[in-house]
Amino acid sequence: MSIAVRNLVKNYGDTAAINDISFDVKTGEILGFLGPNGAGKTTTMKIITCYMPPTSGTVEVDGLDTAAASLEVRRKIGYLPEMNPLYLDMNVIDYLEYSAQLHALRGGAMQHRIKEMVHVCGLEGVRHKDIGELSKGYRQRVGLAQSMIHDPEVLIMDEPTSGLDPNQIAEIRALIRQLGRAKTVILSTHILSEVQATCDRVLIIHEGKIVADGTPAQLQHDFQGADTITLELKTGGADPLGAVAPKIRSAGAVTGVTLLAQGDGHSTFEVHADKGTDIREALFRVAVAEGWVVLEMHRRVTTLEEVFHKLTTA
Amino acid sequence: MAALSLSLSNVGPIYRRELRSYFNSPVAYVVIVVFLAIVGWYFSSNLFLINTASMRVVFELVPLVFLFFVPAVTMRLLAEEKKSGTLELLTTKPVRDAEIVLGKFLAAWSLLAATLAPTLVYLITLMFLGSPDLGPVIAGYIGLLLTGGVYIAIGIFASGLTENQIVAFLVGLLIVLALFLADKVLIYMPSVIAPTIEYMGIDYHFGSIARGVIDSRDIIYFGSVMGFALMLATASLERRKW
Repeated sequence: MSIAVRNLVKNYGDTAAINDISFDVKTGEILGFLGPNGAGKTTTMKIITCYMPPTSGTVEVDGLDTAAASLEVRRKIGYLPEMNPLYLDMNVIDYLEYSAQLHALRGGAMQHRIKEMVHVCGLEGVRHKDIGELSKGYRQRVGLAQSMIHDPEVLIMDEPTSGLDPNQIAEIRALIRQLGRAKTVILSTHILSEVQATCDRVLIIHEGKIVADGTPAQLQHDFQGADTITLELKTGGADPLGAVAPKIRSAGAVTGVTLLAQGDGHSTFEVHADKGTDIREALFRVAVAEGWVVLEMHRRVTTLEEVFHKLTTA
Repeated sequence: MAALSLSLSNVGPIYRRELRSYFNSPVAYVVIVVFLAIVGWYFSSNLFLINTASMRVVFELVPLVFLFFVPAVTMRLLAEEKKSGTLELLTTKPVRDAEIVLGKFLAAWSLLAATLAPTLVYLITLMFLGSPDLGPVIAGYIGLLLTGGVYIAIGIFASGLTENQIVAFLVGLLIVLALFLADKVLIYMPSVIAPTIEYMGIDYHFGSIARGVIDSRDIIYFGSVMGFALMLATASLERRKW
């Protein structure tokens, strides 16, 4: 079940919420939408789920156009909107039954799906409680359960873990990974570790445009600056600045050495090298040749946070 | 137009949820009790004054009570879901906007019928005391249901315009009041348009039905106003797409 988004534009009055966005999601892929608030993530999702049409451009879900075959598309999609709206006066089972019926499930098939979702989402203990009495974590599970009740092939989730505590986030994330295994998933978030933990691919959106597209590792690599290595050595009596630093500098592509700390025969350096060169082996050989002990060597990698920051503050 | 192809299997769940939501909260019971108290008091205090076995007083009063009662019942139907965001969830299910409106309309109409049903007790009382003419009574009830239906359709339209239930109530009240008063302000109207205004007046049509004459002109009036208001309500949902 693939999704093809082509030249999507959405204007609210004079302001463009999204401005010429195109991307594809392959079957079985989990795509993460990243972007600051107001970047156009929610708008894009609302268009894909047929809540509202774009100003121009098209979205096709499994080859079906969202404008021409809206009902068909909606049958294939499970949607968890931002803020997870629920009917607080309904109890969990009644609500799931209602959601199932809106997806034309009836009788035994419906009961089977409800039972399964209650089990998978861990709702056994609260099935007859009113949704209004549930904690935020349980409400989120109910939201997930309703979005999956018809076993959709496409799952679209707008900030599924916002407002949850760290334990609940871990639970919901595990649930998404488990449930999303055989599905095409688009989820938006502003928690970057979430993208790293759950997504195959990341789209970073900024001011209505896509500014980066790739796997988390790819993006980290692409936006990697100069290599930085933290090196802690046990050098005995050698003078850190006078004797050790020059030796380090002699190892390959090193562009700079800074002494961070010293004392008791130990010294810690920050070693800078040209982008993309891994000088750890060369450093190790220098240490061995000099009879120093390497206590710690750590290559700092650009985090997704830094990539995000770089792309969305420019 | 999408409204032409509706699936009852989609209307059903929406209808049932809405009806259950009425009866799960105290709102329905309070509204019904207040309605019956007003109508009952008016009926009983007039019965021996007029001293005839007739339901006329009920049919005079109920359309007036409906003016306030119906917008109060319909004000939350779309506004509440807009405010809480559940409307977004509902409209991204494979259901047509017109099916959502129709399900809610039928639920409110059922509540209205359930509210009217206990007034049949007055009829039974009358049958003990005398022999009321049943023709106008049956016609009167049909008239009340049709009038209520028109008010409900308008109320849903008003509810679709806003997320604020108070605003929905006031807008609904204003429109039904205009329809109710249309045939009562004819003396202020130029004679050219007076007949048109009179035809617009809902009480004019209710009055002719309540006399016991079910005329196709009145039925067409009720049907078309109801249909038109429901189309507007559907359009108010689709407004997100403009």
